[in-house]
Order: sequence, then C-alpha cells, then structure tokens
Amino acid sequence: MGLALLSIIWLITFVSTYFFAAKTWWLPKGVTVAAPLIDHQFSFTYIVMGLVFVAAQSGLGYLVWKYRDRGQARPVSYSHGNTKLEVLWTALTAILFIGLNLMGSPIWAAERFEPAQAGAVPVEVTGMQFAWYFRYPGADGKYGATKPDLIDPSSGNEAAIGLDPEDAAAKDDVVTGTMFLPVNRQDDLSLRAVDVIHSFFVPSFRFKQDAVPGLIIQMHFTPTEVGDYEIACAELCGLGHYKMHGMVKVVSQADFDKWLAEREAAKQ
Amino acid sequence: MASTDLVHAHAAPQGFIRKYIFSLDHKVIGLQYYFLALIAVFTGMFLSLLMRIHLIWPTAQLPLVGEIKPETYLGLLTMHGTIMVFFVLTTAPQSGFGNYFLPIQIGAPDMAFPVLNMLSFWTTFVAFVVLISAFFVGGGAPLHGWTGYAPLSALPNAGPGQQLGADLWITSIAIFCVASLMGALNFITTTLDLRAKGMTLMRMPLTVWAWFITAILGLLAFGVLLSAGILLLLDRNLGTSFYVPLVVVNGQVMGHRGGSPLLWQHLFWFFGHPEVYIAILPGMGVASQLISTFSRKPIFGYRAMVYALMAIGFMGFMVWGHHMFMSGMSPYSAFAFSLMTMAIGVPSAIKTFNWLGTIWGGKVRLYSPMLFAIGFVSLFVSGGLSGPFLAQPVLDIPLHDTYFVVGHFHLIMGVAAIFGIFAATYYWFPKMFGRKMNETLAKVHFFVTLLGTYAIFMPMHYLGMAGQTRRYSQFTEVAYQTKLIPLQTFMTYAAFVTIAVQLVFLFNLFWSMKKGEKASDNPWEATTLEWTTATPPPHDNFGGRTPVVNHGPYEYSVPGAARDYTMQTDPATAPVD
Repeated sequence: MGLALLSIIWLITFVSTYFFAAKTWWLPKGVTVAAPLIDHQFSFTYIVMGLVFVAAQSGLGYLVWKYRDRGQARPVSYSHGNTKLEVLWTALTAILFIGLNLMGSPIWAAERFEPAQAGAVPVEVTGMQFAWYFRYPGADGKYGATKPDLIDPSSGNEAAIGLDPEDAAAKDDVVTGTMFLPVNRQDDLSLRAVDVIHSFFVPSFRFKQDAVPGLIIQMHFTPTEVGDYEIACAELCGLGHYKMHGMVKVVSQADFDKWLAEREAAKQ
Repeated sequence: MASTDLVHAHAAPQGFIRKYIFSLDHKVIGLQYYFLALIAVFTGMFLSLLMRIHLIWPTAQLPLVGEIKPETYLGLLTMHGTIMVFFVLTTAPQSGFGNYFLPIQIGAPDMAFPVLNMLSFWTTFVAFVVLISAFFVGGGAPLHGWTGYAPLSALPNAGPGQQLGADLWITSIAIFCVASLMGALNFITTTLDLRAKGMTLMRMPLTVWAWFITAILGLLAFGVLLSAGILLLLDRNLGTSFYVPLVVVNGQVMGHRGGSPLLWQHLFWFFGHPEVYIAILPGMGVASQLISTFSRKPIFGYRAMVYALMAIGFMGFMVWGHHMFMSGMSPYSAFAFSLMTMAIGVPSAIKTFNWLGTIWGGKVRLYSPMLFAIGFVSLFVSGGLSGPFLAQPVLDIPLHDTYFVVGHFHLIMGVAAIFGIFAATYYWFPKMFGRKMNETLAKVHFFVTLLGTYAIFMPMHYLGMAGQTRRYSQFTEVAYQTKLIPLQTFMTYAAFVTIAVQLVFLFNLFWSMKKGEKASDNPWEATTLEWTTATPPPHDNFGGRTPVVNHGPYEYSVPGAARDYTMQTDPATAPVD
C-alpha cells in the first residue's frame, strides 16, 4: 500500500510538472512593453513554486512509504516537535513569499500607479451586453457627451454608446467595434460599462481590467508588434458572456492615421 | 468550565419525531447535517457533470434535461458553486462532524444550546429547499455565478434567471447566514464553557481547535453576508441603489442612481475569503488528528499548529481584496492585500511542514482514513502553491478569471476539503454506526478519486495560462480558446470516471451501516475522548460519567508505556508530562 501510494503521488507530480516544464500549454506570446516583465516574474515564481511542489509531493510520497508500518518492532520517535526547525521554516517561507511579492511590485506600480504619458493615443472602451465599442475623440482630442437615454445597442455605431449629436465635441468622435492601435505607442484607455461589469482581457497584451458601470477607469499599455489580437470578456456578464469577443488591430502609425482619417471622412 | 450536568437538562427522547426529526441531540443533528450535505454534494456533482457535458457537446440532447442553453449552463454554474460552498463545504466538515464530535471530544454531554442547535439545522434545511426551488420558477436559476456580482445580480432584466430565481438565491443565502450564525454561537459557547475537567485549551484535539476557530470566523463573516444580501434584495425589489449606479440595460435606462458595484464585492469577499477558511480549517483539523493517530506519533508542533490556525483565522479577514485586483479598486490597496495574502501562506506552510514532520519517524498505518488525510495534504500543497501566483497583482493580470483560478480553488478548498470529509467519514464511521466501512472499496475509492481529481483540476492551470476564461458556456466564439477544447474534453472524461467512483463510496456508506464488520469502541487505537465511550455513544455521550482528562490529545508511542497510545483519560500516573 505504501508503494502504491508513493507511485501514485510521484506519478501525479511528474506528469503535472512535465506539462508545465514542457510548456505544452503556456501564456501566448506577449506583445506589449510590460509583457516580458510580467512573464519574467511569472517564470521566476513558477520555478520557485515548481521546486517546492516537486520537493513537497515527492517528500510526502517518500515519507509515507519509508515509515509505513511493516509490523516490526522498530521504535517510533516520540517527539512533540522542534522549535528551532519550526522557526527556521517559518522564516524561510516568510522571506520567500514576501520576497516574491516585493519583486513583482515595481511592475504593478509602473502599470497602474502612473497615468498615461503625454501624447498617448486616447481610446475609450465601452462594454455592454455583449459587445465592445471603441471611441476615438477625433481632432479636437475631446470625447463628446453621451446620454444614457440615447443608448441604442442595436445601432452598432455612435448611437450604441449614446453619443449626443448636439454636442460640438461629439461631431468628430469615431466609434468602432474593432479596436485600432498604432504600434509602439502608448495608449490612454478609459474603460466604461453601461449595464453590468465586463472585463477587457487581451491575453497577448498581458492586459486585463474590469469595466464597471459608474466608473471611468484609466489604464494604459504599449503594444509592440503589428498584428490582430483577440479580446475576451473575462467577467461574467450574462448569457452571452462567452461570445463577448472583440479584436484589436495593431498597425503602423501610418496605417493608423490613414484608418482614422477614413473613418472621420465617412462620418462627415 | 461550568458544571456539565446542569447544562444537559433534556432527557433522552422516546418518540420517532423527537428522536430523529426534531432532535435536540447533537449527534443526531450532526448526522442530519451530514446527510443534508450528502444530498447536496451529489446534487452539486450532478450539475457539474451536466456542465462538463455541455462544454464538450453543446448541442447534445440529454435525458430529463434536454438541450442545455448558454443561460442554462450559467444557471447550473451558479447553483453548483452555491450548493458546494454553502451546503457541502460549510455544512459537512463544520456543522456535520463538528456537531457530532466537538462535544464528545471535549467531554460534554451535548451542545450548550440544544434547541438553538436544532433550529440551526432546520433553518439550513429551509435554505437548501429555497435554493433548489430556484430551478423550478419561471426563468430558472440565476446566472450571476456563486459570487453574485452586482449589477448583474441586482437587475431583474439583465438576463433569464435574474427574476424570481435570483430573489430565491439571495433569500436562501440570507437564511443560511442566520443558520450559520446560530451554529457559530453554539460552537463557541460549547468550546469555552463545557469542557470536561482537565480539558485545558492546550489539551484540546486540533479538530476542536479547528471547529472553534471556524465558528469564530463564521460569526464574523456570515453577519456581513447577511447584511449584504438584504441590501441586494432591497436594490432588486424596492428600488434602492446600494450597488447599482445609473445603468442602461438593453437600451432601457434603469431607475438606479449612485450605487457602487464595488461595494458588493467588498462586502461579499469580506465574507467570501474567510469562507474559504471556514471550508478548509476543519479539514486541517481532521488531517492533523488522523496523521498523528495513524503515524502513531504525537503531532509535530502542537502549539505551532494551534497558532497557525489562529493566524490563518485572523489574517483571513485582511486579504479579501485579492479577489479584486482587476475590479477597479485602487491599485495602491492591491499592494496591502497582496502582502497580507503572501503572509497568510506562511501559517499554511507551517501546517504542511508539521504534517510531514509527524509522518517522519512514525509507523504509518495506511488505512483508508489515513490515505484520505495524505490525499488532503497532497491536494493542499498543490492548490496552495498556485496561490502565490494569484496573490501577486501583476501575475493576477493574465490569470484572474481564467481556469487557473478555477483549478486553484477547486484543489485547495474544494477537493482538499472533500478529502477531509472522506477522511473524517472513514475515520468516525465506526463510532457513529458501530461498524467499519469496507476497506477494499475504500481503497478503490481513494486511488481513483485522487488520480481523477488531479486529472480534472491540474489541466485547468494549463488552460488558465493559455488564457481560457472561466464561466464560458462554449469555447467556439474565441479562436485561441477553440484550440484548447481537446484538453477540456480530456477533463470531461476524467470527470466521468471520478464521478462514477463516488457511487462506490455511496454504496459502501449505506452497505456498511447494515453489513459492515462490527467495530470495537476504539478500532483505530486512538487517544481522544470519543474513543473512550460506547459505540455509538449514548444520548448523554458518556453514560452518566463525566470524563476527566489527564493527557494531551496526541500521546502516541510514549516511551515506557504499556501500549503505543495513551488515552486522554488514562490515569495521570502514566509516565508522560
């Protein structure tokens, strides 16, 4: 029985570890400035936790097998513990866990404490059951006013977010269902939701943030590679949660300018 | 310690109804809780089976259920989580086994408040009936998940199931909170006031410590959830705006103004995080008890184990914000919550070290209760080590709300706690029913369940890293997620096998009640007070005697003693402390 238990625990440990180590399933390629930093912290945590995992599980399996009752008269060590050991592993665990935490903190601070740089591309992201809308403020750099009673989700354009056509600042606002971003430029996101909580999740960007009704949440990231990236809603928002899907197209600055100009022209 | 005979005022009941239905006997009430949890766990498991089938074969026509639609899937998901967290993980380890064995282990004839005890069970029962009824009302069960995030949970027109179903869901939880508060009061009072002579706090079995601290957590946590639930009901039915700001649902401007969706999350997780410890602490107590008993060795670092339980309980109230790193909460407070969360890993690690230290140098008897206790440790380690990923806000960015989280909490608070329940069942079954469970069936149950749970929940970590979002009823709409379906299929097959072997457990449980091998009063040669009394224990637990405690709870293999276990009631002349 001891051998069976040892074999099963070791089997589970090594199969699990194999698929982590072989990276059979892994984070998608990261394509923002922050992604390599996050991935580095992830890999480091993963190596440390992986070692502890293998050590603890194989130790458990080994001890159970080694000290199984074989009916012999071997004396059992009568001990209530060892305070020195207790203090040692408490201190080691504390240093390890707190250390990991402190290591990751500067990345978090850089991502979330600082506002977007001057000159970042402003984009407003609006979540609603079950679609994402993206708004660019146009030449005036100002988002026009929106009104709740003008919201018409079926329109699929400016009316979907309730843009007020009477407002002068709204005239040049562009609203789309696909997000366009210029490569290697920081964006300045304003996240909103009109009905329930949604979450704007782009795995390739290592970016996730809830969009919450009643709040405008400012965020930023800098994509580093041209390409198409998928957005998945990550907060349960209703029966269509699974299909609240969107795309980000990261393009060159020239293509971005061209696209925005075309959209502006189409609006006039 | 009050005089125990004064408290135990009620005589043994005679009629069937007073004896088995509206019983005041903590042992009967404990079994009532246990069997309620048993019904709940098989219900919850059946719902998860339907979910796993739907994920792989979305258009399958199932017997009884028909085709599962996306909203049905989310209803199943909500009910699975709610049933499992409240009516299984809170009910069986704490209210079930705690009720049965806490009074006996401290040498008391009953709980401090037997009538309150009966009331808390029947209130829990009503809560369960109300919850299940949500399946049968128009619109069906709510689809807002077991966390019921507002505004989704607060808006009746936000989706099917958000009408009466959601009201029933909240009502059920509110009733459950009331029941749990009554239970918590009873546990705390009993532990403080009804301990037998000589049963000092530092001689209490670690199971008692775990139930005691869990009860304190319950007292502090369920009150908050109750209030939060009442406010949610008001938002839904009386037009208040605690959680809902101005929102527009499907083009319709709602009447709410100025509420805060994050307020619900703060209140919910102020309860919700201690709740995961409510689910797991009793399992830790059971694991400690069993690992010491079956290793024939005193528990390694008894005091450290007690302090670790206290530390986990205390810090458990200061980490709730780690559920909200992506919620829009201030990024500065994420720092504090993250640091506290990493710190709470320390006492959990101490416990693991001490379990290993107990086995070290012991003489391990690998009976089924011990197998499940070792399984508990293995699962606790596996589930615990994914914690430091999620506790770092920066790593939570890619992982939050993915299957990584689902894998993490299923291993550590779901399956680990269930293993604790199994271990406790196999261990105490002889005391409760006078017979042993079949050991061969138990071993089959153990090995298949251990392999099966790992096969289901370990792949969830891989899926989460690859970006698979949770609570998706299908993976066909997002291209990168479609590629992950083969792994999901594997998990569904693993679930079939794992669920099937639970029927072996169920059969063993009921078969052994009638046909199991007759058990002696102390079949495991254990030391705590429940093994000093008759099997099953009489109505007042000790047949008119009041036990006197002379020893700590884990005196195994004491040098010079006649046998390798010194019972807590053995004469003080025995050569120990």
